[in-house]
Amino acid sequence: MKINRFYLGIGTCLVLSYLATAYVDNQYYFFAGFAILQLMVMALAWNILGGYAGYVNFGSAAFFGIGAYSAIVVLELFNATFFTQIIAGGCFAGLIGFATGYLTLRLRGVYFAIATLALLVVAETLIVNWDYVGGAAGAYVLPTKNPSILGVLIVGKTEALFGNYKELLFFIMCMVTLATIVICRYVEKSKFGRGLAALRDNEEAAECMGVPTLKLKLIATSLSATIMGITGGIFPYYMTFIDPVSAFNLDISVNALAMPLIGGTATWLGPVLGALILGGLQQIVTVTISSSANLLIVGLCLVAFVIFAPNGFLGLIKKYRKNGN
Amino acid sequence: MFSSELLLNAIVIGIFLGGFYAALSIGLSITFGLLDIVNIAHPAFIILGAFICFIFNSHYGLDPILIGIIFAPAFFLLGLLIYRIYYERFEKIGAEPLRGLAFFFGLMFIIEVILIMSFGVDYQMVHANYIDYKATFGVIDIPFRMFVPFAIAMVMAIGLHLFSSRTFFGRAMQAVAQDSLALRLMGINPVKIKMIAFGISLATCSIAGALLVIIMPIEPSVGRLYIGQVFAIVVLGGLGSQSGTLIAAMLLGLLESLVTTFFGPSWSPAIAFSALILVLAFKPTGILGRVGDTRG
Amino acid sequence: MLGKFALKRRTLALGGIMAATLCLSQVLMPMQARAAEPIKIGFSMALTGPLAGGGKQALVSMEMWEEDINKKGGLLGRPVKLIYYDDQTNPKNVPGIYAKLLDVDKVDFVVSGYGTNLIAPAMPIVIQRELLFMGLFGLNNNKKWKYDKYFQILPAGPDPAVDFSRAWFDTVMSLSPKPKTIAFLAADAEFAKNLKEGAVTHAKRLGLKITYNKNYKPGTPDYTPIIRAINATNPDVIYIASYPNGSAGLTRAVSEVGTKARAFGGGMVGLQFSGIMKGLGPKLNGILNYDFYVPEPNMSLYPGVTDLLARYKIVAPSRKVDPLGYYLAPWSYAYLQVLGDAVNAVGKIDHAAIAKYMHATEFSTVVGKVKFGQNGEWEKGRTLTVQWQNIKKEKDLEQFTKPGIRKIMEPKEFATGTVKPFNSLR
Repeated sequence: MKINRFYLGIGTCLVLSYLATAYVDNQYYFFAGFAILQLMVMALAWNILGGYAGYVNFGSAAFFGIGAYSAIVVLELFNATFFTQIIAGGCFAGLIGFATGYLTLRLRGVYFAIATLALLVVAETLIVNWDYVGGAAGAYVLPTKNPSILGVLIVGKTEALFGNYKELLFFIMCMVTLATIVICRYVEKSKFGRGLAALRDNEEAAECMGVPTLKLKLIATSLSATIMGITGGIFPYYMTFIDPVSAFNLDISVNALAMPLIGGTATWLGPVLGALILGGLQQIVTVTISSSANLLIVGLCLVAFVIFAPNGFLGLIKKYRKNGN
Repeated sequence: MFSSELLLNAIVIGIFLGGFYAALSIGLSITFGLLDIVNIAHPAFIILGAFICFIFNSHYGLDPILIGIIFAPAFFLLGLLIYRIYYERFEKIGAEPLRGLAFFFGLMFIIEVILIMSFGVDYQMVHANYIDYKATFGVIDIPFRMFVPFAIAMVMAIGLHLFSSRTFFGRAMQAVAQDSLALRLMGINPVKIKMIAFGISLATCSIAGALLVIIMPIEPSVGRLYIGQVFAIVVLGGLGSQSGTLIAAMLLGLLESLVTTFFGPSWSPAIAFSALILVLAFKPTGILGRVGDTRG
Repeated sequence: MLGKFALKRRTLALGGIMAATLCLSQVLMPMQARAAEPIKIGFSMALTGPLAGGGKQALVSMEMWEEDINKKGGLLGRPVKLIYYDDQTNPKNVPGIYAKLLDVDKVDFVVSGYGTNLIAPAMPIVIQRELLFMGLFGLNNNKKWKYDKYFQILPAGPDPAVDFSRAWFDTVMSLSPKPKTIAFLAADAEFAKNLKEGAVTHAKRLGLKITYNKNYKPGTPDYTPIIRAINATNPDVIYIASYPNGSAGLTRAVSEVGTKARAFGGGMVGLQFSGIMKGLGPKLNGILNYDFYVPEPNMSLYPGVTDLLARYKIVAPSRKVDPLGYYLAPWSYAYLQVLGDAVNAVGKIDHAAIAKYMHATEFSTVVGKVKFGQNGEWEKGRTLTVQWQNIKKEKDLEQFTKPGIRKIMEPKEFATGTVKPFNSLR
C-alpha cells in the first residue's frame, strides 16, 4: 500500500508539472523552476555516493560539465537530436566516473575527495584547450525551430504540446527529477543500498563480512556520475550557449554537496528538501539582492548546518519530534 | 623552437616558482601532513592574505612583504579560533570525515564570495620598487618579481625547519602526529599543540599571500587554481615530511615552467592536478612519506 | 419669458463647452495614454569585470542618448526607457539576462552589451525569437548565423575580421627593411580568435612566415613565459589579439623581458581605456595598435564626436567612469541613434520592417555616415592604426589628452606620423 502511495505521488507531480506549463503564464517561474530542479537532481545524484556510501565528491561539476560537453560533441559530430545529446552526456560522464573510481576508490575517502576536485580542474582545462568544442570562447546551440515527433508538434506557437522551449525543458527536467527520486528510493530499499550503508558505517568491518566494497563503490560512483551527466546534457539546449567556466563551475559542486548536507543525507527526501529550501532561497536572493550574495548564503548555510545540525534538516525535525515526546 | 637560452631561463624561473610553491604548501604540510586535517580552504586563506596585502599596499604604500609579516600574528590567532571550532564540533565527537571536509569546503567558499563582493572580479596588483627590477647575467634574466618571493620562501622554510627540529613546540608537533597518547602521558596536551600548529599554518598563509601578489595580479577565484598545486605538492612529497614537500614543490615548479614555456600556459592548471591524480593512483605515500598511511 | 430664453442659451452654451471638451479630450487623452507607456530597450552591459572600463563609458553615453531622444518626443511619440543588467563581462550571464529582459521586463527592443564575447551568447536567443539586434563592437558575430536582423556598430568594414587588421599590416610593411616573419598570439575568446584568423590571412597574402601561433587562456596570470617563447622564434613583428587583462599583462611582460621584434601590438583591446593607459604609462611607448578616436589634430574622420565628448567629459566625473570616453562613448551613442532613427522612420514596432529599412538606408550619426552591408557589418571600414610615442610620465592621464602621444599611421589621409621600430621608442 505504501509503495503505491509513493508512485501515485510521482505520477501526480508529473501531471501537475505538465498542466503548469499549459496554464502558467509568467515565464520566469519556469526559469527558476528549472534551476531548482537541476540543483535537486545533482543533489540526489551526489547523495547516492555521498550520503549512502559516505564518499565525498567535490567534483560533481566535472561530471555535469562532461555531460554538457558530450552533448556539444555529438551535436557537432553528427547534428544529434536532443535525446541523443542527453544520453551521450550520461554515458560519457558515467564512464569517467567509473574510471576515476577505479583509480582512487581504493584509497581513503579523503583522497577520493581531493581526486574528484582534481578531476574537475583537469576536465575543465582539457575542454578549454579543445578548439573543436569552442575552447574558452564557448559553444552555441540553436534549438530546432518547430520540432515534432511522429507528426505531433512539440514546440510551437499554436497547437503544440508546449508553447516554448523553456516549458518543454522544464517538463523534461521534472521527468528526470522524478526518475532520479525513484532510483534513489530503489537504491535505499535494495540489497545494494544496505551494502552501501554497511561500508559507510565501517568499511573494514563490512569487508570482513564479505561485502564487495570496491564493486559497490564503483557502481555507486558510476550511477551518480551518469545521472549528473544526463543533467549536464540538458544544459546546453537550455542555455543555448555554454562555455567551460559555466559548465565546470565550482558552484555546481558546492550546491550538490551542500543541499544533501542541509536537507539530510539518509534518504532521498533530504536532497529534495535541501534543494527546495536552499535553491528557493538562492532564487529569491538573486532577484532581490545580487547574484554573488546567493553564493554567500550557500556557504554560510553549509557551514552552519555542518556545525550545528549534522543530520541536516530532517535530522532536526526528528530531534524536535523526539524531544516533544 | 628549442633554444638553450629559453631552456635556461625556464629552469631558473622554475626554481623560483618552486620556492614560491613551497611557501604556499608548507602550511598545508603541517595541517594535512601532521594533523591529518584536510584544510581545503588553505589556498583561500592565502588569497585572503594577498588581498589584505593589496589594500594596505595601495592605500598606505607599505611594502607587501612587510604587510604579510605584520598580519601573520592575526592569521595565527584566526587559526587558533578555527581549530577550536573544528575540534569541538568534529574531531572531539569523532564525526565522519565528511563533515570536516564539508566545513572547510564551506569556509573556502565563504572567503571567496566575500572577497568577490568586496573587491569585484577585477585583477589587482601591488607596487614595490623591486618588482620591475631585473638583473641579467649573460643570457639569464633574474626578474626580482620572482626572485624576492623565492628568497623569502626559503627563509620561511628554513625557519620552520629549525622550529620543528630545535624547539620544544616544534618537536611536540612532530610527536602529536606520531603518537598523541605518548604525548599525553608526558603531560602535554595534544589539543593545545594541534591548535598552535594550525595557527602557524595559517600564519604562513599571510606571508604566502604577500608573495603571491608580488608575483602576479590576483582576483578572488585564483585560489581554486592553487588547491591542486598545494595538495599535489603535499601528497607528492609525502604526508608528514616537510623536506618532502620542499622537494615536491621544486619539482612541480620546474615542471610547470617547462610546460608553460614549451607548450603554452593554458595547460598549466592541469599539470599539478594530473600529477596529483597519478600519484594518488600509483604511489599514494609520496616521495618521503610515512608507509601504511593510505587505507582507512 | 427672458428666463426661459436665458435658460436655453445657458444650456446651449454649457452643452457647447461640454462638447468641445469631449472633442478635445478625445484628441488629447489617447495620446496621453500612449505616452504613459514607455518603449523599453533592454540590454546587458559589462559594468564590472575586465571590460567594465569600456562598458561603463558606453552606458553613460547611452543614457545621454536616452535624455536627448526623450527631449525630442521619444520614439513613436512614447518616452524611451533603458533597462539593463550587469553581465560582469561573463558570457555565461548573458542568456539569463536576455531571458529576463524579454520574459519578465517585456522589453520592446534588445540591443547588445559591449564586446564580441558578450554579444555571441545572445545571438541564439534573438534569432529564435526573430528580433532585431544591434551589436556594439562585435567582431564578426554574425558570420556563422548570417542573421538578417543583426546590425553592427564597429567601423571595421564588410569583412570585419580581415578588414580590422588590414591597416596594421599596411603600416608594418612600410618599415624598412620589410618584415619577413610574424608571430601571432590571441586570447582564447571569440573576439580575439576571430581577429587573429583575419590577421593570419593578411600574413599569408603578404608572404610573411608565421613563426609562432598560439592562444592563451584568459586569466593567465603571468605572461613572461609566453613572451620568451615568442622571442625564441625571432619574429620581425608580433601581432596580438587580446582583451584588457591580457593587453595589460603582455605590455608589462614585454617591458620586463624585452623583444627584438620591430613591431608589437595589433588588436589589443583595453589599451584605450583611461585606467589602463594611466597605469602603464611609458611602457606603452612603441606599441602599434588599433584605435578609433584619438586627440590628434585631423580627426575629421568622425565629425560630431568632439562635441559629444565635451558633453561626456562634464558628466563623467560624477559617474566614476573613464574620464575621457574616447573609446566607446561616441559609438554607443551612435548605435542607439541608428536604432531610434530607424524606428521613428518606420513608424511602428515591427522588427522585420525596421530591419529592412536599416539594410536600405544610410544614416547620419554622431560618428558620421553609417551604411550597413552584408551580415549587418559596415560597408566601409574606418579603423585607425596608431603608434604610442613620447609618453614620459608615470601615472599621469593628462598627457594622453594632448596630441603627439598616439600618432596616426593609417589611414594615410589622416596620418600624423610615420611608424618607427618598437625598440627605438623605448
